[in-house]
Amino acid sequence: MSNKFAKFRNWLAGDYDPLKNVLDTDETVSDSREEIKKENRKIISEVDAEGSTRRLEKAEQRGFDLVYRVIAIVSCLLLIGVLLFTVALLPRYGVENPESTTVVKRYVESGLQETGAINIVAGIILDYRAFDTLGESHVLFTALICVTILLRADSKNLRTKYEDFYTIKQVKYHDLNKDKIINRVGMILVPCIFVFGIYVLLNGQNGPGGGFSGGSVMGAGLIIGTAAFGYEKMDRFISTKTAMWITFISLAFYSFAKGYVFFTGANGLDNHIPKGIPGAILSGGLILPLDIAVGMVVACTMYGFYNLFRRGRT
Amino acid sequence: MTNSFITNFPLFTIVLSLFSGPLCYMLKRRMARYWTIGLECGLIAMVSAVLWYTMTTGSSFTYVMGEFPAPWGNEIRAGVLEALIALVFLLVMLSSVIGGSKYIDIDIDESKINLYYTLINLMTAALMAMVWTNDIFTGYVFLEILTLTSCGILIVREIGRTTLAAVRYMIMNLLGSGLFLLGVVLLYDVTGNLLMVPMQEEIAKLITNSQNMMAITMGLGILTIGLCIKSGLFPFHYWMPDTYGWATPTSGAVLSSLVSKCYIFLLFKIYYRVIGIEVFEQLPIRNILLVLGLMGMVAGSVSAMRANNINRMVAFSSAAQIGYIYMGIGIGGKVGYTAAMFHVMAHAVTKSTLFLTTPRLSDVSGGSLLFRNLQGSGIRDRAAGVYFSVASLSMIGIPIFAGFSSKLLFAEAAVDSGSMTKMVLVMIALALSSMLNAIYFIRTMIRIYQPDTTGIRVSAKRVSYQIPMIILTVMNLALGLFSWYFAGMIEQGLSMFG
Repeated sequence: MSNKFAKFRNWLAGDYDPLKNVLDTDETVSDSREEIKKENRKIISEVDAEGSTRRLEKAEQRGFDLVYRVIAIVSCLLLIGVLLFTVALLPRYGVENPESTTVVKRYVESGLQETGAINIVAGIILDYRAFDTLGESHVLFTALICVTILLRADSKNLRTKYEDFYTIKQVKYHDLNKDKIINRVGMILVPCIFVFGIYVLLNGQNGPGGGFSGGSVMGAGLIIGTAAFGYEKMDRFISTKTAMWITFISLAFYSFAKGYVFFTGANGLDNHIPKGIPGAILSGGLILPLDIAVGMVVACTMYGFYNLFRRGRT
Repeated sequence: MTNSFITNFPLFTIVLSLFSGPLCYMLKRRMARYWTIGLECGLIAMVSAVLWYTMTTGSSFTYVMGEFPAPWGNEIRAGVLEALIALVFLLVMLSSVIGGSKYIDIDIDESKINLYYTLINLMTAALMAMVWTNDIFTGYVFLEILTLTSCGILIVREIGRTTLAAVRYMIMNLLGSGLFLLGVVLLYDVTGNLLMVPMQEEIAKLITNSQNMMAITMGLGILTIGLCIKSGLFPFHYWMPDTYGWATPTSGAVLSSLVSKCYIFLLFKIYYRVIGIEVFEQLPIRNILLVLGLMGMVAGSVSAMRANNINRMVAFSSAAQIGYIYMGIGIGGKVGYTAAMFHVMAHAVTKSTLFLTTPRLSDVSGGSLLFRNLQGSGIRDRAAGVYFSVASLSMIGIPIFAGFSSKLLFAEAAVDSGSMTKMVLVMIALALSSMLNAIYFIRTMIRIYQPDTTGIRVSAKRVSYQIPMIILTVMNLALGLFSWYFAGMIEQGLSMFG
């Protein structure tokens, strides 16, 4: 208390300046400006001296650009021409190339009893060729990691420097949730989108749909929810940490479930996974759980992308 | 089909490293690092067991992924050659991760280090899958993972240059992936199969009836161009210096010594197991690869000589070494392929050593990579200087190091090829390229061993740096001294391939 009072007394006496080290005075700024101007003049004179050589370099650059463009266009046209020519020479599909049908025939004819899925595509991607789809779902995850590295704010990508700038922008563009119309429409639409997404997800083995499509519908629902209700409310529903855990558990389940099936299949063991009655929701063996896992990964990835592009936060 | 438990190991290597990706996403950075190193050690043990198993039984094995056999389900396959390449890849990966860990901590923001290890694990999975695969489309899927992870480990340093390099690298790589996919589609359309063995049967049938030759040639051509762009063969090598030169050292080592080699191995596998090597040897693609390889050997070395920065020099010399490998494939014959595969391993070991030593040399020279500042850096940091010199001598092709053995094998293959023009061309290019290599590597060695007056002396006491570098140097010497043994293994592997 006495300390503050002493400061006040000093200020009255004119010994203490509260604005010192807080605001830059005009003098220093003008000084540095003079210096910058001097530096600039020096650079300009240097550039003038090198002007002739620079012009030559520029002309060279322009020539190179021209040649580069011409070569690029010619080689693209050539490639297009050759590819079209090749396609014209291909055998007519399904009529002249009987070799193609040996594999496809089994997929179409005995896909149902071998995989238990009415949707043959689901049977192929999640049972016959499940290894490829295992890789494919990790491609999505890899993309998520790369986008996170690029966009998540940290000490290195200097986003913090412009934080004020971004918050100003945010007030202007991201306060959609204050808008009554968007809020109400979101309230009606988001549950419907989720129900539809879950329907598509769960019926992957019986009809069109499955993990990738159902997951993207649910991801779209999450994004609309964020736009309508705001980030804070959505974060309470599904936080960053939760999304990370969901992604991790889904991918780990996928890897181990498929690893188990590969292991038993290759060693000639019974994998004890019931196929179920075709057409029921609980059918198709592992297809349904795998679809759910893929759907969760897709939904969380889309939501994560949206949040990263929004603020640089996961 | 045997019932040995070892036959399951290739599957485990893929699934375990795929699982470790998401796991490291959840772990803290220190744990992620320990997990990654532990996993790599485990994978090395497994792959060694597979190598031992295939060598003792003397036959390769296929492993059905799931309940459905060959033409319907996926399949992986392991032979001596695959196991050997996988083992070298894993050893180099482990050494790069440990040897560059100091720079991982410096170059990458603290909150993103676990993401880096995530990418490294996913990359390991992709490398393993591409080495073991017996299915051309599985190759494509994991090639995508490899492309994305390569871009990821580049941009993670977050300086302007790496971002720019990553954009350029991604454009080139996506072009390559697209062309590869088109090639696969064309081949699938005429054969109706995606697995390598049935595909080869169909292609053999089509060729004896000379049906659809255009589609096969075109598909193979596009696929070759795609993979050549991705691995950086001569006219497509200009993305290399920026990509390798500015990434964090581990990334540079992994990208130059493993990723580009993996594409070459996939291409080689497709030639051998999809097209059939007898068919391939009648196609003109081989001669084009030979010519481009020869031009790359010279052009890469010339660019390396003109570089003023040590990392750019090492990166451009990669272009030359990729040229060597394609030249080996172009020469053809069993000796030629053996030489190419041997050089894949020799270059993987040597180049990673170089990329892991240059940052230490630059550390004792005020953080500069320019040659004029590197004066005497080999005296200031003795350990790094010695490792750099060993790798440089191997690059030039001095006996007892790996580079000499591969050059000897290439020369042997050229003599064996039976064509006079080919032999003369290859011999001249080998001599010229070796001379150019010698010029710029010896120049660098003289530069780093010039008397030093600064008085700075750094002794690398960190075990985490010494152990991986010793592993790489020992591998280099082993490949050089016992080249006949490794060449024998590759030949055994090739005989299982066809």
